[in-house]
Amino acid sequence: MAYVPLADQDQEMEMHHPHTWVEKYVFSQDHKVIGVQYGGLAVFTGIIGLALSLLFRLQLGFPESVDFVDPNFYYQAVTMHGMIMVVYFLTALFLGGFGNYMIPLMLGARDMVFPFLNMMSVWTFLISVVILMASFFVSGGPTGAGWTLYPPQTTMAGTPGHDAGIILMLVSLAVFVVAFTMGGLNYVVTILQYRCRGMTLMRMPLTVWGVFVATVLGLFAFPALLVACIMMMFDTLLGTSFFMPAVIEAGSPLDYEGGSPILFQHLFWFFGHPEVYIVALPAFGLVSDVLSVHARKNIFGYRMMVWAIIAIGGLSFIVWAHHMYVSGMNPYFGFFFATTTLIIAVPTALKVYNWIFTLWEGDIRLNSPMYFAIGFIFTFIHGGLTGLFLGNVVIDLPLSDTYFVVAHFHLVMGVSPILVLFAAIYHWFPKISGRMFNEKLAKVHFWLTFLGAYSVFLPLHYLGFLGVPRRYYALGNTDFIPLSAQDLNSTVTVAALIVAASQILFFVNIIGSLKWGKKADPNPWGAASLEWQTPDTPPVHGNWGDRLPTVYRWAYDYSVPGAAEDYIPQTVPENEVLAASNDNFETNKNPSPAAI
Amino acid sequence: MSDAATGEISQEGMESLVDDFSSDRQAYHVPWGKAMMWIFLVSDTFIFSCFLVGYLHARVTTTQPWPPQSEIFALSFGGDPIPLILIAIMTFVLITSSGTMAMAVNYGYRGDKVKTFWLICVTAVFGATFVGMQMFEWSKLIAEGVRPWTNPFGATQFGSVFFMVTGFHGLHVTGGVIYLIWVALRVRRGHYDNKGFEIVEIVGLYWHFVDLVWVFIFAFFYLL
Ligand code: HEM
Ligand SMILES: [Cu+2]
Repeated sequence: MAYVPLADQDQEMEMHHPHTWVEKYVFSQDHKVIGVQYGGLAVFTGIIGLALSLLFRLQLGFPESVDFVDPNFYYQAVTMHGMIMVVYFLTALFLGGFGNYMIPLMLGARDMVFPFLNMMSVWTFLISVVILMASFFVSGGPTGAGWTLYPPQTTMAGTPGHDAGIILMLVSLAVFVVAFTMGGLNYVVTILQYRCRGMTLMRMPLTVWGVFVATVLGLFAFPALLVACIMMMFDTLLGTSFFMPAVIEAGSPLDYEGGSPILFQHLFWFFGHPEVYIVALPAFGLVSDVLSVHARKNIFGYRMMVWAIIAIGGLSFIVWAHHMYVSGMNPYFGFFFATTTLIIAVPTALKVYNWIFTLWEGDIRLNSPMYFAIGFIFTFIHGGLTGLFLGNVVIDLPLSDTYFVVAHFHLVMGVSPILVLFAAIYHWFPKISGRMFNEKLAKVHFWLTFLGAYSVFLPLHYLGFLGVPRRYYALGNTDFIPLSAQDLNSTVTVAALIVAASQILFFVNIIGSLKWGKKADPNPWGAASLEWQTPDTPPVHGNWGDRLPTVYRWAYDYSVPGAAEDYIPQTVPENEVLAASNDNFETNKNPSPAAI
Repeated sequence: MSDAATGEISQEGMESLVDDFSSDRQAYHVPWGKAMMWIFLVSDTFIFSCFLVGYLHARVTTTQPWPPQSEIFALSFGGDPIPLILIAIMTFVLITSSGTMAMAVNYGYRGDKVKTFWLICVTAVFGATFVGMQMFEWSKLIAEGVRPWTNPFGATQFGSVFFMVTGFHGLHVTGGVIYLIWVALRVRRGHYDNKGFEIVEIVGLYWHFVDLVWVFIFAFFYLL
């Protein structure tokens, strides 16, 4: 391998070398440790989110026999579940966790450009989690306004947690935005300015592209959330009327006048829709890499994949009001937003086709990460199709606020990214920990999760068609809902319990393998991208020893005819490939136009 | 680009634009800190845009009439009240500070540490003056009975928006003043003698941004 000597490298960073245990593992500035810290914290909040969902699922499934969930707690649990999963679990895990760990390794950098800021980011995230969790312990409990926090409901006395709970939620979100901004600026600048020699943007693995565009989305979308939080905080604490119209509560008028709840919805969804792609795009990237490695084929249409990510990112800022079709808008707005919403489905569908074409005639290795990646294609197609239904105003009107919407976004934003997370964790576990996990256990985990998740969310579509509204504590005796809907609900709850329980397999596998797993090969899947070419496994502080790598090709040279092995690492120059084999052949240096 | 490692580079049209942009190692020839400041400022632009859009929305939806700003923001020095005079002075002070900041950047790159130090200090003093005048304006309005939650002159949202937006901007200016002083002290201590004086330009970017935002607040809130 050819290296560039240290002296030839401009802007080589001053490494901050840790001396004590605390500097190494607690207040660490190493992007890998920070990534794991972010990931661990996110998974911890995710477990709480999962536990909450089981509590309210029990109530929905067995309303008669479950008496520890009262209406107030039901709403609090649903609200906290939603917010935790979307923001504190998925966003933090994909960007803070995988973004931090993967970006410098995949780009051949030693660390993020500003490691100290990066460390501040994870600690600020911890503060925001602590504030969020504190709301469980204040009087009145956490807010129960639904994860969308729509006013005037949030502020009215009938809503649980309308006093302290909502304030803590808003403060926690604001702190999260600060944490995200510190990390996000780092990711973007690292990707733009700190790649190793030869690593052009168009040679970056799609994971990095996904994280990159998602981070840019975050930097532009989170401001709307921050502003919405500040304004709502003013409304609740200072008694301003930004979002609060004149309301009568329990017979007497409140001290508000002239505010606009719709303004909140606009701000929230201007954040909220890009947010769904902030979660989805890194997942798209990670899954592309996993599919390509285990199919032993280059990703189909690399350039198209990149442009699709960028197009989705751009479009995601002009579709937000599809969440507001029933809120009352000028009909022409509905027309506009329905059009843009359907347009965004085009690049999304392109990506799906490309994943399938990547598998097509591949030399597929059915390792457990591949199971999860293929499972993702199923659930994502499914959820994407229901999105097309909801994107049309007339179809959405009856379906909005029913379980159909719940089914849509759980398949597309819940199950799909989580399957990718499992794929990614299993895929990179050998690199991160230096150990192999138990393959059989991982496959059992896959089948239970995949089939279980389907049996949870498929029936919800049907409930939605029946008109069962979301966010109802109990159905009671509603004429238009057949009694059998309750049976379906019970089934769903049982399935949810099974899926949740099967996650124990995952934790047993991961934690057990840390201790007992057999030592991993530096590159067990035979992957071409840079993070697998580190001199040490797991990579040490500084990642690359004393010389940074040089990159000669894109990250997807698999099954290149004539090459000695079925993959060519990015660090192998042209002449060494030729030396390694006798035949003449053409390597796929750059994605050729033919691949598009 | 003649680096063997980068492979073929197209010379034509769109393709070459993409290749240029995606060249290896770095996409822009700017220091990391400066790139980061630019991106942060774009993000911050979104924050202020959201505030201003929120303000405009509140202004059209509120049920009461919007108070006449030129009368509320008038000051009288002995004689007749002069509309918007204080805001005019504040705007002038802030814009002047942008000028001194630009000079500081210039002297920084020339390596003239003494002039750079003093020019940054002058900028900071202008900034502090601005904040001081803003405090004066706040206390005047508060004395007249304007609060975030009430407004004797008309729509309550007027008070809410006023305190929120100018407060948020004022925090930016205050933060900027602290940042300026910090950089100035480090310039004088010779902290950047070897590293170079890009940091002066970076803090300058932030400072110009804060000024620019003020121009928009001025136009939308006081003039409109
Ligand atoms: C194929 C493209 C998609 C289309 C056309 C689409 C369309 C829609 C529409 C119209 C709604 C509003 C339904 C309603 O409230 O009445 C909705 C809700 C939602 N979508 Fe999608 N969607 C798409 C993809 C996605 C993706 C990729 C994600 C996330 C990764 C996602 C996450 C969500 C979430 C979280 C909600 C519900 C938010 C809530 O009300 O609590 N969608 N979608
Ligand atoms: Cu949406």
